Amino acid sequence: MKRLILILMLVAAPVLAVQPDEVLEDPALEERARELSKDLRCLVCRNESIDESNAELARELRILVRERLVAGDSNDEAMSYIVDRYGEYVLLRPQTSGSNLLLWLAGPVMLLLALLASLFYLRGRAKAPVAVEQKLSAEEEARLKDILDD
Amino acid sequence: MITELGHFALILAALVAIVQGIVPLIGAHNRWPGWMAVAEPAAGIQFLLTMFSFLALTYAFVVSDFSLRLVTLNSHSDKPMIYKISGVWGNHEGSMLLWVLILTIFGATLAWFGGNLPPTLRARALAVQAWVAVAFFGFILFTSNPFLRLSSPPFDGEGLNPLLQDVGLALPPPFLYLGYVGLSMAFSFAVAALIEGRVDAAWARWVRPWTLAAWIFLTIGIALGSWWAYYELGWGGFWFWDPVENASFMPWLLAAALLHSAVVVEKREALKSWTILLAILAFGFSLIGTFIVRSGVITSVHAFAKDPERGVFILMILFVFMGGALMLFAARASVMEAKGIFSMVSRESVLVLNNILLAVACFVVFVGTIWPLVSEIFFTRKLSVGPPFFNMAFTPFMVALGVVLPVGAMLPWKRANLARVARPLIPAFVLAVALAGLVWAMQTEKSLLGPVGLFLGAWLVFGAITDILSRTGRGTFGKRFERLRRLPRADWGKLMAHAGFGVTIFGIAGLTAWEMEDIRVAYKGEPYTVGAYEFTLNDVRAVQGPNFMSTMADVTVRKNGKFVADVHPEKRVYPVSSMPTTEAAIDYRFMRDVYVVIGDPQSDGGFTMRTYIKPLTNWIWLGCTLMSLGGLLSLSDRRFRVAAGARKAPAGGVPAE
Repeated sequence: MKRLILILMLVAAPVLAVQPDEVLEDPALEERARELSKDLRCLVCRNESIDESNAELARELRILVRERLVAGDSNDEAMSYIVDRYGEYVLLRPQTSGSNLLLWLAGPVMLLLALLASLFYLRGRAKAPVAVEQKLSAEEEARLKDILDD
Repeated sequence: MITELGHFALILAALVAIVQGIVPLIGAHNRWPGWMAVAEPAAGIQFLLTMFSFLALTYAFVVSDFSLRLVTLNSHSDKPMIYKISGVWGNHEGSMLLWVLILTIFGATLAWFGGNLPPTLRARALAVQAWVAVAFFGFILFTSNPFLRLSSPPFDGEGLNPLLQDVGLALPPPFLYLGYVGLSMAFSFAVAALIEGRVDAAWARWVRPWTLAAWIFLTIGIALGSWWAYYELGWGGFWFWDPVENASFMPWLLAAALLHSAVVVEKREALKSWTILLAILAFGFSLIGTFIVRSGVITSVHAFAKDPERGVFILMILFVFMGGALMLFAARASVMEAKGIFSMVSRESVLVLNNILLAVACFVVFVGTIWPLVSEIFFTRKLSVGPPFFNMAFTPFMVALGVVLPVGAMLPWKRANLARVARPLIPAFVLAVALAGLVWAMQTEKSLLGPVGLFLGAWLVFGAITDILSRTGRGTFGKRFERLRRLPRADWGKLMAHAGFGVTIFGIAGLTAWEMEDIRVAYKGEPYTVGAYEFTLNDVRAVQGPNFMSTMADVTVRKNGKFVADVHPEKRVYPVSSMPTTEAAIDYRFMRDVYVVIGDPQSDGGFTMRTYIKPLTNWIWLGCTLMSLGGLLSLSDRRFRVAAGARKAPAGGVPAE
């Protein structure tokens, strides 16, 4: 019944991100709902979370998240409930499994490699023999003289 | 008629660019002065022709010539003049013409003011620059021609997306393009140096101002874009890790890295091949940015035209230029032998660390941006990568950068003693920690985010001040003040840019940690409180704008019973595209913004209202302004003018640097 009322309200007008009527009574639950909403994508929008989106589908998802939390789901349970229905695409924080490990590890691995490479380079620099000073060309000599005389 | 002339001028410009791309290159190879000299007039003519072409298109927009397909699609006779003009680059075709116009401006600048460059280097750089221009002229003429006519012109245009009718959206593209294209200069110099087989301090002195200019423009463009998102998109976010934002952010990060590594080349003749590689990659990311924005392979909140075919063309340009440049790099990089010797603890090695952090941060943003695409193609997993990923994967790099920066900025070249450098920074450190501790004690929630961010910001600002004070040496106050006054502008630029970085971190930390949000149904005349502020909805009325209808609310903001401001949040409908938009009302102050958005009317006479108190928000953009000003100051440093030969040194001798 409660769901039906919510859906009826939702049909009424274009809406604006989180609506006052969606907000849960329990502030702790509401806080958790907001946190989860930030990690869920509005499926019909361009790169917006359901927390930010004005779309009706986003509102539906926000209500769904809150229903799951009210029903006693943990954050993880609520999320996997939604992923089961809407697919991985709905997650703004990609899962850390399978091929996504590449995504999550790309930064740290690259940093490590870069640090190692630079360590070798810096050691080389510290020990390098003094390079022979290059002589200036006649033209450069003239220019230098020009600047110094100026 | 003018339109046809503009079209013709564009084709001519493309032909001139082809000549400029071939003749000087052959001339430089064979040391034929006449052939090399072709580059200068060619670059000038190319610029004048493109300028004419751009003005012709602007004219068509100004007089609303709806026989032009582009004008019909993107303009409307009722539109205010300023948006008619910004409409020229508010669409794909026009913005590409702007892109190439800026490219030719830079080419012409190099031709006109590059008098004291070695002639072969200049000829080669101009030739490479011309090839980039040829690619984009081809792109415009073959896939995105702005001068196409309609056989039966309509009576009026189809308007512009009302979201796009905004100063905040009209301005960023030109700035971003100035930045992207500025990096093409660094690219041209890098490739010319590879062909030449010589990189020295003079080369770095030439590359650095171009990179600096590009970086300043990117900073301004990014800041304007984020400010637009802040006041326009209606919930007061300032950065969404949106592909279009990332597209401008990646070149910014690499340009920042390039700025610093070019210093090492200039002062110490080390890191040469790395600097060349960075210059190539920075421009590569500009192309990738253009590709992402133009192709629409990745969706974004910033609306732009999309067309996969054009995307493929830009991708080809990207492959040709990056592939060619990187192959050349692989073949020739070993020629650039380094000269400078330095120990593990030195300004040089800290700048290497700076480069690693910036470049890997850029890499993380890049991987995150393209991952949805890669994952779908190679792993058939359709997924999203959003702000939670970027915040987690990117932020550590900036934190590390912020922690190291004040110490690194003070390390001497060649060999340094960490303890000696760290000693003068102790007061800055203690101050920053004290500030963070104070804030920690004052805040009600025990979250670390705010205090840590504030510590970093304060540490950067105080560190930058300590740095410049240390440059004055010892002595009486008067003497030190005198020395402070005489410091080169580059030092002041460094102070401002580094402090600006700190101020931006300050703002971001303040906003993210202590923002207050309130969502409710508000009734006329019934005040409600958010934080220390009291809000009263006085009235809601209908207002007729020049090309929209608006529902406007009168809201009075009070604090402790005292009047603060009257704000007017709006909901607009533009009849031309019947699209509703929300216009947030913002009371901008130094320490906080009050941000009010009005929503839908409720059946019981109330209105949905969203109210935010956003502390320190404006510091984000204040920091960006400081960074840009710092860049400008540094750009005006006399060593670039002397090196550029644009002005004779003043009589009375040149002090040694």
